[in-house]
Amino acid sequence: MATKRMGKQTVKFEKPPSIIGTSSVVGLKEGEGPLREYFDTILTDDLYGEKSWELAESKMLREAVKTAVQKSDFNITDMNYMFSGDLLNQLMSTSFAARDLKIPFFGLYGACSTMAEALSLGAMSIDGGYADNVVAVTSSHFCSAERQYRFPLELGNQRALSAQWTVTGAGAAILSNINTGPKITHITTGKVIDLGIKDVNNMGAAMAPAAMDTIVTHFQDTGFSADSYDLIVTGDLGAIGKEILEELVLDKGYNLNNVYNDCGLLIFDNNVQDTHAGGSGCGCSATVFCGYIYKKLMEKTYNKVLLVSTGALLSTTSAQQGQSIPSIAHAITIINDTV
Amino acid sequence: MDNKKLKNLKKQQEYTSYVNQKIPKPNYLKNCIWAFVVGGLICVLGQYINNFLEDKGLSKNEIATATPVILIFLGSFFTGLGVYDKLGKLAGAGSIVPITGYANSIVSPAMEFKREGYIFGVGAKMFILAGPVLVYGIGSSVVIGLIYYFLVL
Repeated sequence: MATKRMGKQTVKFEKPPSIIGTSSVVGLKEGEGPLREYFDTILTDDLYGEKSWELAESKMLREAVKTAVQKSDFNITDMNYMFSGDLLNQLMSTSFAARDLKIPFFGLYGACSTMAEALSLGAMSIDGGYADNVVAVTSSHFCSAERQYRFPLELGNQRALSAQWTVTGAGAAILSNINTGPKITHITTGKVIDLGIKDVNNMGAAMAPAAMDTIVTHFQDTGFSADSYDLIVTGDLGAIGKEILEELVLDKGYNLNNVYNDCGLLIFDNNVQDTHAGGSGCGCSATVFCGYIYKKLMEKTYNKVLLVSTGALLSTTSAQQGQSIPSIAHAITIINDTV
Repeated sequence: MDNKKLKNLKKQQEYTSYVNQKIPKPNYLKNCIWAFVVGGLICVLGQYINNFLEDKGLSKNEIATATPVILIFLGSFFTGLGVYDKLGKLAGAGSIVPITGYANSIVSPAMEFKREGYIFGVGAKMFILAGPVLVYGIGSSVVIGLIYYFLVL
């Protein structure tokens, strides 16, 4: 009988693992956005001195891990596991970074929900006594995502107003059983939800029902509500998805309004930066969490945060075969010690 | 179809129409004006080249070959400079429909996939966007040609 479970989909940790250090690497456009002062490294060149976008993304992920390990006063060899993923076919950026880092490696694909998935699994392996320290890291790159999922960069086409802008960035977080810093106390693992949206230019709307399901289940399982949190933040629903989520949650009898925001809306200024509905990608919730939110937790501006990374589990093949977009969301509760 | 599937389908339809109300509408008038002006200017440029070549004494057949060649070169050149995608963002169909847009749709994947090599990158991916246009363009011209053939028979 599992003793650490509560409700249908939630785990409550016995000895909540700490997030003892984070780091974030972002691209040029993100470095011009509203959160610029919170990122550790801002690239001056989207290729990051590499030969291709994919290798540049891989380097961002690798550097994010190295910096996070350094900032936590660890060595790479102290890491028992690396939980990591990205958006590319066969996890190219992640696997290539893991090849250099030589940390025992679990490759994950949860599309843009991967950061919360990695943090969930990392926290479970620490609380389970299977690891002392693990690193959770994800990345995405605008240019590598465009060429895999959409069109060549130089093609003279118009983007839909509901489309989102893939974040160029990587975020890494070090989890440890050392008792210091903000802690992951609960995780709620999402189910795949699909309400039949087929428009690949409107992923926020496809993912909103999954985010609603996970958040409402989290509230039911734990007895928490929006009042229990200083910040509830979804991964990359964007402007349209955020509005839909608020209404869907309200429909279920809960209210998010005062504490709710979306990483995709925090990272860019949509009106100035021409990012249409907002940011997206594995790097979106990773960099916003590892950069902005973690620093706000350390400053005690926020003491209780619910991070809900959202993922659209489509592929180019499934979209071309006319299938709808299956979506998922994972929630993790992060609490400051003193609370 | 059983009841549960039917209910699910209805839920999906309801959600889709609910989402459709949320999607922001593009400014059609502004887009049309941009497309008209930019598309028109590209055509004026074509006419100018046409007249210029006529002045130089080229025959009608030679002009019909040389004008598209020059426009295709310009479309490719400005794609290479990274300008054509910015024009396309403003003008939409205005810069896609003219022959310069066709050049853009071939050169942009060729540039993008150069890193995969000249055979499987540039060679294989070059027509990834223009390919369907060729297939159905040539295909429909054959059909129309056949219809014409039988009509005048």
